[in-house]
Amino acid sequence: MQGSEFNIETIETLDTEGQLQRPLPEGLADRDKLVELYRLMVLTRVFDRTAINLQRTGAMGTYPSCEGQEAIGVGIGFAMRDDDVLVPYYRDVATQIRRDVLMEEILVYWGGDERGQDYQRQSQDFPVCIPIATQSCHAVGVAYAIKYRKQDRAVVTTCGDGATSKGDFYESINIAGAMSLPVVFVVNNNQWAISVPLEKQTAARTIAQKAFAAGIKGIRVDGNDPIAVYEVITEALERARRDHQPTLVEALSYRLCDHTTADDATRYRDAQEYDEARAIEPLIRFKRLLQNEYDWSDADDKALYEDCDDRVKKATEVYQASTGQPAGEFFDHMFAEPPTDLARQKKAWLDAVKHRG
Amino acid sequence: MAELTLIEAVNQAFAYEMRADKEVVLLGEDVGVNGGVFRATDGLIDEFGSERVVDTPLAESVIVGMGIGMAAQGLKPVVELQFMGFIYPAVDQIINHAARLRNRTRGRLTCPMVIRAPFGGGIHAPEHHSESTEALFAHMPGVRVVIPSSPARAYGLLLAAIRDPDPVIFLEPKRVYRLGKQDIDDNGEALPLDSCFVLRDGIDVTLVSWGASIKETLEAATELSQLGIDAEVIDVATISPLDIDTILDSVTRTGRCVIVHEAARSFGAGAEIAAQLAGEGITSLLAPVKRVTGFDTVMPLYRQEDDYLPNVSRVIDAVKQCMEYR
Repeated sequence: MQGSEFNIETIETLDTEGQLQRPLPEGLADRDKLVELYRLMVLTRVFDRTAINLQRTGAMGTYPSCEGQEAIGVGIGFAMRDDDVLVPYYRDVATQIRRDVLMEEILVYWGGDERGQDYQRQSQDFPVCIPIATQSCHAVGVAYAIKYRKQDRAVVTTCGDGATSKGDFYESINIAGAMSLPVVFVVNNNQWAISVPLEKQTAARTIAQKAFAAGIKGIRVDGNDPIAVYEVITEALERARRDHQPTLVEALSYRLCDHTTADDATRYRDAQEYDEARAIEPLIRFKRLLQNEYDWSDADDKALYEDCDDRVKKATEVYQASTGQPAGEFFDHMFAEPPTDLARQKKAWLDAVKHRG
Repeated sequence: MAELTLIEAVNQAFAYEMRADKEVVLLGEDVGVNGGVFRATDGLIDEFGSERVVDTPLAESVIVGMGIGMAAQGLKPVVELQFMGFIYPAVDQIINHAARLRNRTRGRLTCPMVIRAPFGGGIHAPEHHSESTEALFAHMPGVRVVIPSSPARAYGLLLAAIRDPDPVIFLEPKRVYRLGKQDIDDNGEALPLDSCFVLRDGIDVTLVSWGASIKETLEAATELSQLGIDAEVIDVATISPLDIDTILDSVTRTGRCVIVHEAARSFGAGAEIAAQLAGEGITSLLAPVKRVTGFDTVMPLYRQEDDYLPNVSRVIDAVKQCMEYR
């Protein structure tokens, strides 16, 4: 039996050669704005490669790269307002940077220190979520609180394609529809869940169509095209804020990296497929757009990369200069006030450390 | 002052706190129009509306998970899971998120939520409706596990749980939901969390229990007094974090301890209490610590449930063994 028939719209603005297929959306229609967008993609790429190098040289723990998927995070980041709430997973570096999470904080977290998720300039966004799809549920709750308080804001939550196989994902899109909540679910369909390709993940032709079962809007977007992602998320957020209508956005990308630094994708990934995806990755095509339409020169590009290198270098220096937590700090944040027995466990541990010298 | 059952006391605590605090929102399956399958939320939707008494889809994980998101925004969600036997799809949300949101953000985000579930056997319920798995949750750092055993403690402890800035798993012993009434002054006074309640003073043996088993434990104490054995009875109330000091203090005086709980024996909360007594109170003990518990079996269906549950004679037998130990 074949699946039921339906149409899913796929939004594309920039083709693989960097040619605009449609007019630029309001809000991105000038050179400065586009350069700003490009700058965040490059900054994310430079940060990402630096983070991998830190792990490779033993200066940081396991890290999940987002190479090739920067356009999704950038599009989301530019579409969100400051007072919206991001409930991210672990490939959202670009969005987090845009939302004032410090690059050194991201490094501190992956460097094994919880303080990296105590964002100094971002009070409401959730920290990155590692258990797959569980964050979708939190986004629903944040959206409920926003609606309950009659606030003019919305939530964006992200996950990968593998996460859409999980119950929490279905439960969340379903309840968001049933309760009309101001939330946008964005799936980074990078074709892989560690080593499992999408065709083993689901028989569904698209991920966006999963929205139909929940009675909410589902839409596909070229996730290598930050302009299209920006447009789609902007519209979805407006619908969320104005009408409390949730949206599921499937952003098509390709994971041009290992799952994490603990993975080796050459064990399962076809080399030709990788090469093809590499040729249409977001940074290349966006640079072409700037070159073709906005007099972007090699010197401009070089200067931008140098600026990003410099910013990432400074963040890395802050990370590497960060001091360890005070002894026994890991006891301190379990509860608002430490229960009696836990306070004793801490004291005994500190006494033992002191005794050993 | 009104005479209330335990379930009515739960309802009254909700009404009090929801009048006092607009951030309190109840959600769960059937909590709204139906007032909960046990009527814990009966009538609340009429007073507080469907935005504060929220009927959810039938999906335990997202019920708890959305509670976490609401709590991170500063609401005080109280989620009901209809029976403890159906709490397990939400365990991922509890252990990986509710219990650690404060810790993993170093206090930037917190989780002031209550997760309620009726638990325990003895009401001839169908399969999966009678288990007592409080120890699973007591083993999770970052959540409190609180169990009332009387209407007054249900009222006071639920208020405390809602006001607590951290997640509380509030397990209600459904066998005693309607067993007896108590006068309750609806004054909004909370009872302390993290504290045992000494229900009966005694000098010969300390009986430690919680939840519905408090009933049999108190009855056993009364019968024992007729045998000339004077038992102290402690309601643990907050299983985790455990108030071992009150128990230790009692056992230091009595020298003997019998722990009574419905849950399976091995690795139960009684084992933790016994271990702490061995660790901190060994010189006071005149006899080995005894446990009267359920067994390491699946909770039997209701024809055999009375054989599984601790009863008065099992408690008395254990106390006698304690007293006779030389």
